[in-house]
Amino acid sequence: MDTELLARIQFAFTIAFHYIYPPLSIGLGVILVIMEFNYIRTKNKMYERMTKFWVKIFALTFSIGVATGIVMEFEFGTNWAAYSRYVGDVFGSALAAEGIFAFFLESGFLAILLFGWNKVKPAMHFFSTIMVSLGSMLSAVWIVVANSWQQTPAGYHIVGEGLRARAEITDFWAMVFNPSSIDRLSHTLSGAWLAGSFLVMSVSAYYLLKKRHEEIAASSFKTGLGVALFASLFQLFTGHSSAAGVAVNQPAKLAAYEAHYDSSAAGDLYLFGWVDEQNRNVNFGIKVPGLLSYLVYGDFNTPLRGLNSFAKDEIPPVNFVFQTYHLMVAIGFGLIGLTLLGVFLLWRKKLFTAAWYLKLMVVAVLLPQMANQLGWFSAEVGRQPWIVYGLLRTSDGLSKSVEAGQILFSLVLFSIIYLLLFILFLFLLDQKIKHGPDGSDHIVSSDLTARA
Amino acid sequence: MDAGLTLNIIWFVLIGVLLAGYAVLDGFDLGVGAVHLFNKSNEHRRISLNAIGPVWDGNEVWLVTGGGALFAAFPVVYASVFSGFYTAFMLLLFVLIFRAVAIEFRSKRESHRWRRTWDVLFSCSSILISLIMGIAIGNVIQGLPVGADREIRISFLSLFNPYALLVGITTVALFMMHGSIYLVLKTEGELQQLVRSRVNNTVIFFVVSYVSTTMATLVYFPHMAQPFKDYPALFLVALLNMLAVANIPRELHRGKEFMAFLSSSASIAALMALFAIGIFPNFVISNIDPAYSLNIYNSASSQKTLGIMLRMAVIGIPFVLAYTISIYWVFRGKVKLDSMSY
Repeated sequence: MDTELLARIQFAFTIAFHYIYPPLSIGLGVILVIMEFNYIRTKNKMYERMTKFWVKIFALTFSIGVATGIVMEFEFGTNWAAYSRYVGDVFGSALAAEGIFAFFLESGFLAILLFGWNKVKPAMHFFSTIMVSLGSMLSAVWIVVANSWQQTPAGYHIVGEGLRARAEITDFWAMVFNPSSIDRLSHTLSGAWLAGSFLVMSVSAYYLLKKRHEEIAASSFKTGLGVALFASLFQLFTGHSSAAGVAVNQPAKLAAYEAHYDSSAAGDLYLFGWVDEQNRNVNFGIKVPGLLSYLVYGDFNTPLRGLNSFAKDEIPPVNFVFQTYHLMVAIGFGLIGLTLLGVFLLWRKKLFTAAWYLKLMVVAVLLPQMANQLGWFSAEVGRQPWIVYGLLRTSDGLSKSVEAGQILFSLVLFSIIYLLLFILFLFLLDQKIKHGPDGSDHIVSSDLTARA
Repeated sequence: MDAGLTLNIIWFVLIGVLLAGYAVLDGFDLGVGAVHLFNKSNEHRRISLNAIGPVWDGNEVWLVTGGGALFAAFPVVYASVFSGFYTAFMLLLFVLIFRAVAIEFRSKRESHRWRRTWDVLFSCSSILISLIMGIAIGNVIQGLPVGADREIRISFLSLFNPYALLVGITTVALFMMHGSIYLVLKTEGELQQLVRSRVNNTVIFFVVSYVSTTMATLVYFPHMAQPFKDYPALFLVALLNMLAVANIPRELHRGKEFMAFLSSSASIAALMALFAIGIFPNFVISNIDPAYSLNIYNSASSQKTLGIMLRMAVIGIPFVLAYTISIYWVFRGKVKLDSMSY
C-alpha cells in the first residue's frame, strides 16, 4: 500500500477512536453541572451520590480522551509534515489556543472534580465542575475552528512559491469565524450532548430494568432526557444550517451528499440509494424530487451545481460520502423520535414502567456514537481530494521523510494499544455500572411511578 | 536587530519555558514511576500513585501545549523533527498512552497479579518515556541530517548512539531524583523513611551521569559551549544549576523537604536553559550543511501570527499559573487514601 493511503488510514483510525470519548466527556460534563446544581440547590444527598457516580464515568471517558488526544496533537507533524509547514501559521494557532485556553482549564479543575470532594467547599467544587465542562467545550471550539478552516479557509493569504508556499494569517478573527465555524461547532456540540445524554439514559434504563438504584436512575434518566430533547431538536436546526453552508462553500461536497451530478437539474433529496460512480447515477433509490434545491434555495425548481461540473480529480468518493451522510441523517431523526417518545411516556407517567422502551434505550447509546462518527466521515471524506479545500491536496500534505513501512509499523502499534484501551474501557465501564452509586438506596419502586 | 524579529526570540524562550515546565512537572511524576518498584507493599505503591494521581494528567498538558505552541510558532521545526523522528516518536506516544492506561487501571481490581502487572508496566513505561526524551535531546545536541528540503532523513537505530543514550540515562536519573524528593514531600512515617533513604542514591546516580554527559558534550560538541565563551555571564546559569543540585541533600538533611523539591525543580529548569543557550538560535543544527539548520528565523510563522500568539499567551498564562498553583495548593500535604483514590 502507498504512503498516502496508509497515512490516511492511520489518521482516520486514530481520530475515529479518539472521537468516541470527547463527545461523551462534553455531554456528561453538561449533565454533571445540572446534577450538581440540583445538589447545591436542594442539599439532597441523593443528588450528591448521583453526581459522584457520574463523575466516575466521566473520569473514565476523560482519561481515555486525553491519552488518545496526545497522539492527535503530534500526528500532524509526524505524518503530515508538508501540510504542517503549509498551514502551521494558521492551523497551529488554533491548536495552541486549545492548549492554552482549554486543556489547562479542563485538566486543572478535573483534579478537584475527581479528588476534591473533601478538600474544598461544595460551592468551589461546583465551580470546578462548571470549569471542567466549560474547558471541554472550549476545546471543541478551537479544534472545530481549526478543522473548519480546512473546509472553508478564510482570513489568510499565500506567501512563497513551490515547496515553500504557505498560508499566513491576515485576519485572525476572520480565520476563527470562517464561513463554516459556527455551523460546524454547534452541530458538533449538540452531537456531543446527545452522546452524553444517551449514555446517561442507557445506564439509567439498565438500572430501572434491573430494579437497582431506582431513585438515582429515574432522576438521572430525566436529566438525560431533558438534555437530549434540547440537543436532538437543536441538531435538526444546526444540521440544516450546516448543509446550507456546504452548498455555498463546498458545492462538490454537497453534490456528493446527494449524488447530484447534473448542474442543469434541480437537486433531489434521497431517502436512501446506492451510487453507481461509473455511470454517475443512483440505483435502488427513493427520492423527493427537488427537495434539496428547496432546502438550499427555498425553491423546488432552481438548478443546483452538480458533480459533472467538477474535474474528475476534484470529486470526493461519492458513494462513501452519500452513505455515511444518509445514515447520519437517518440516525438523527431516530434520536429525535426516541427522545420525543420518552417525553411522551414521561408525560403519561409510564416512562419507568415501559420495559420495552427502557430496553430500547439501553442499546440506543450506540446511535449518537454512530451518527457522530458517520458525520465526521462524510465531512472529512467529502472534502477530498483536498486536505485544505481548494488550496492543498491531501497527497501534497504528506511527510516526505516517512516511508510506508514506518506508517504500517505505527499503525500496528496503535491498533494494539487502542484495542487494549477499548477492551479495558468496556470492562471498566461495565464494572462501574455493576458497582453503581455508593451509599444506601432504599426506595421502593412503587414510589417511582408517582414521582415520575 | 530588526525589532520585529524579537518576537522569534520571545517564542523560542516561551517554548523553552513550556518544555521546562513540562520537565519540572511531568518530570516528578515520571520519576515517581521510575522508582515505583522500589516500594514493595501494595499500600506504599498506592500512596505513591496517589501522590501523583490528581496532577499527572495536568502535567502532560504542558507537553501537549508545548507541542501546539511549537506547531504554531515554528511549524517547520514541528513538521521536520516529528516526521524525522517518526518511529521513535510513535514509540514515545505508544508508551505515553500505555502509562496512562497503567495508572488508571491498576487500582480497578483487587487481584495481586493484576496490580503487580500494571505496576511493572507503569514503572517501565515511565523509565522508557524519560529515556526516549533524553535520547531526542541528545540527538538534537549532536545535530541531525537536515537536507536542503528541510527534511530530516535518519534511520531509527542511529538515534541510539552512545552520546544520545548517555543523555537519555541522565534524564532518567534526573527524574528519579526529582520524583524521589517529591515522594518524600508527599509521604510520612515508615514509607517516608524508606523513600528518604533512597534519595541520596538517586542524587549520586544523577551527579555521576550528569558529569559524564557534560564532559562528553565539551569534548565532542564544543559548539554547545561557544555561547558561554562569548558571553561569560551565562556561566551563572551553569553555576545556579550546580548550586541547586548541591542544595538538595542539604535541605533534606535540615528537614526542609519543600525547599529540596524547589532546588531540584530549579536544577531541571537550569539544565533546560543550558541546553537552550547551547543550541540558540537554532532548533536543529544540520550536520549536512549549517546553512540548512532550522533556526528561529527560517522556521518561524509570520510576525503577525507570532504577535497574535503572544497576546494569547499573555492572556492565558496568568490563568494557567493561577490554576496550576491552586491545584497544587488544594492537594498540598501528605497523601491520604480515601474511597475516590487510585
